[in-house]
Amino acid sequence: MTTAAAQPTEWKLPSTRKVAVITLIVTESALFTIFLVAYLFYMGKSLNPPFPSQVLEFPLLATIALLSSSVTIVFSEKALHAGKKGAFHLWWAITIALGAYFLWFTAMEWKHLIFERDLTLATNVFGTTFYSLVGLHASHVIIGLFLLTLVLVLSLLGKVPADHTEHLEMISWYWHFVDAIWIVVVTVVYIISIRY
Amino acid sequence: MNPDTFDPNFQIPAPERIGEERGSLTRIIQELVFTVDHKKLGLMYIGSGLIFFVVAGIMATLIRIQLAVPRNDFLEPDVFNRFFTMHGTAMVFLVGMPIIFGFANYLVPLMIGARDMAFPRLNAFGFWVFFFSGLLLYFSYLGAPGLYAAGSAPDVGWFAYSPLTAKAFSRGHSTDYWTLSLLMGGIGSIVTSINIIVTILCLRCKGMILGRMPLFVWLILVVAFLVIIAMPPLSACQIMLILDRFAGAKFFDTQAGGSAVLWQHFFWIFGHPEVYILILPGFAIASEVIPVFSRKPIFGYPVMVAASVMIAFISLGVWAHHMFSVGMTSIGNTFFAISTLLVAIPTGIKIFNWIGTMYGGKLRFELPMLFCLAFLFQFLIAGLTGVMLAIAPFDWQLTDSYFVVAHFHYVLIGGLLFTIFAGIYYWYPKALGRMPDFRLGLLHFILFTVGFHITFFPQHIAGFLGMPRRIYTYDTGRGWDIWNLISSIGVIFQAAGILFFVINLIYSYVWGKKAGDDPWDAWSLEWATTSPPPSYNFETIPEVRSRRPLWDLKHPDDPDWKYE
Repeated sequence: MTTAAAQPTEWKLPSTRKVAVITLIVTESALFTIFLVAYLFYMGKSLNPPFPSQVLEFPLLATIALLSSSVTIVFSEKALHAGKKGAFHLWWAITIALGAYFLWFTAMEWKHLIFERDLTLATNVFGTTFYSLVGLHASHVIIGLFLLTLVLVLSLLGKVPADHTEHLEMISWYWHFVDAIWIVVVTVVYIISIRY
Repeated sequence: MNPDTFDPNFQIPAPERIGEERGSLTRIIQELVFTVDHKKLGLMYIGSGLIFFVVAGIMATLIRIQLAVPRNDFLEPDVFNRFFTMHGTAMVFLVGMPIIFGFANYLVPLMIGARDMAFPRLNAFGFWVFFFSGLLLYFSYLGAPGLYAAGSAPDVGWFAYSPLTAKAFSRGHSTDYWTLSLLMGGIGSIVTSINIIVTILCLRCKGMILGRMPLFVWLILVVAFLVIIAMPPLSACQIMLILDRFAGAKFFDTQAGGSAVLWQHFFWIFGHPEVYILILPGFAIASEVIPVFSRKPIFGYPVMVAASVMIAFISLGVWAHHMFSVGMTSIGNTFFAISTLLVAIPTGIKIFNWIGTMYGGKLRFELPMLFCLAFLFQFLIAGLTGVMLAIAPFDWQLTDSYFVVAHFHYVLIGGLLFTIFAGIYYWYPKALGRMPDFRLGLLHFILFTVGFHITFFPQHIAGFLGMPRRIYTYDTGRGWDIWNLISSIGVIFQAAGILFFVINLIYSYVWGKKAGDDPWDAWSLEWATTSPPPSYNFETIPEVRSRRPLWDLKHPDDPDWKYE
């Protein structure tokens, strides 16, 4: 037997779940890129007020909440791997609470913008691109919160088998992606475009 | 040669007998609706793609009848606009993409020695989403008048330039049907591509390292990556258009500071990779067929893989060559002209490698090989006109003329459709267990090839003479008459060719010779199982040691892995 024949003794392939979630993140990133480009392209091109500099305020608390939820979900996973069910549930619930706070903050911000500053999707190109970009992100937060809540409920009911840790890890990857996208969105919308 | 290929004692059973073996009609329909089997879904993709192909082909025929003579009034202008829109949209999204996904679905798990796709239910979801998006598009003929009773099928062209799609210019709901259909189709394509990537990366059988995968699988992997990167921009376009039309958003509203050119950029960021999404599977099929019928392994396997990846990479940076005439900066024009010319390098490498594969080989001129040979010549012409159009000043002269129409029909028919026919004839015995009839296939080949050139070659000249695309009629005395007449005559030959193709598919299914497992004496794993393969594909999952696993099995005295 030559070396070529003896070679494939061990045969390891990547996990289907991980590859699927990575490709999903790639395709979602492409979608976000287009809306980000649209926002950047139309920056300063609105013909009528309100303009970003007049109405936008940096969402400090919401950003802190969303970014720290990426940390708490890691704590939650660590607790799960260590077999501490209670700590896992606690950190997981804190993650949901932080995400929910972020969503509530966005809702309040939109309420303020629509009813007090008269900025809607149809007001000008700033309104169009702002609501579509931030809304696209918020819709991903909603999907993430749904998944997180589903896991919490099922886990409290004892319906999550012990060998499903990788499933939960995939949800945390998605959640990290939603957070990472927020860093880009917040930079573009609330830091770069605030000058216009 | 494999002695088991043809059984001399085999008698063709009467047609009713075959019907019994294959199950009754209601049973088949039930199977098709509930199935998650990659082979059935693959055939459903190809079958529904062919049905949409016939419908969109009939539209093209009617367009050619209208244009056969000057000042013709066979079609009304607005009907003509709907026809070229529906023809283009259907051929790209309801014919090209699904047939490609059909081949990928059917062949990828078999070629990599897997039992099914990674996510079978997601696979079925992808098919049905595509299928209903097709129905939704055609339903526009009935549903699109909407409350305003204005408009019917979409009439904005397949790339739907803004502001044609604005509420003011596209009343009724025809554009909305187009938008929703493409949004749905995009979702279907993306989930199917994710499924394909995961299948290829995670379900390969033992020993099937990336460097041993058949080129077909490699190219489909590249295509799937292109889809997940290029499709979301199209979906984003459609979301923006829906917001514009229903929620009063200003994305493409120039009066409010929006930009019509942005739609063009976003559409072609999707649209140009889409061309490679459509043509790379053609390369994939040619890369399987040509070696087998030349009796030689593919020439330059690693270079072929590298060239495919290069084509995909470059294709993401060439989109604005569709927009030379909108007035970009000189730097923009130069960048996109050069990047477009770069595509010719890996494509040329591929053509040389296919010729290198045939060089010194023992060529067998079976049906799949005939179509692949025609593909090589026709794709070369398509590539050359593509290089011409990449030169920005040349493009200013000929953009939106019939020269462009001729160019992309040489790509999509001469390139893609011919390889699809090659693929259908090549894998027909595997999928249905019967050999396609050679005489009918030869008639199909000759008629279709001749008809294709008669139809589309004169369009180059009509384009040079200044005939714009998408005009529903023209005056005599511009030198266009004769070229349009010749072009329309060619359609008769093409239609006859397609007729023989359809007859062949049905005839061979019932009366064709039984194929056996490996009728072409091929080398990839799909020929190692029965024809048609059982639902579990392989009784024992094989172990692969070289790029031609079946050659190793058939020639234990001289296996490939000794040399690779």
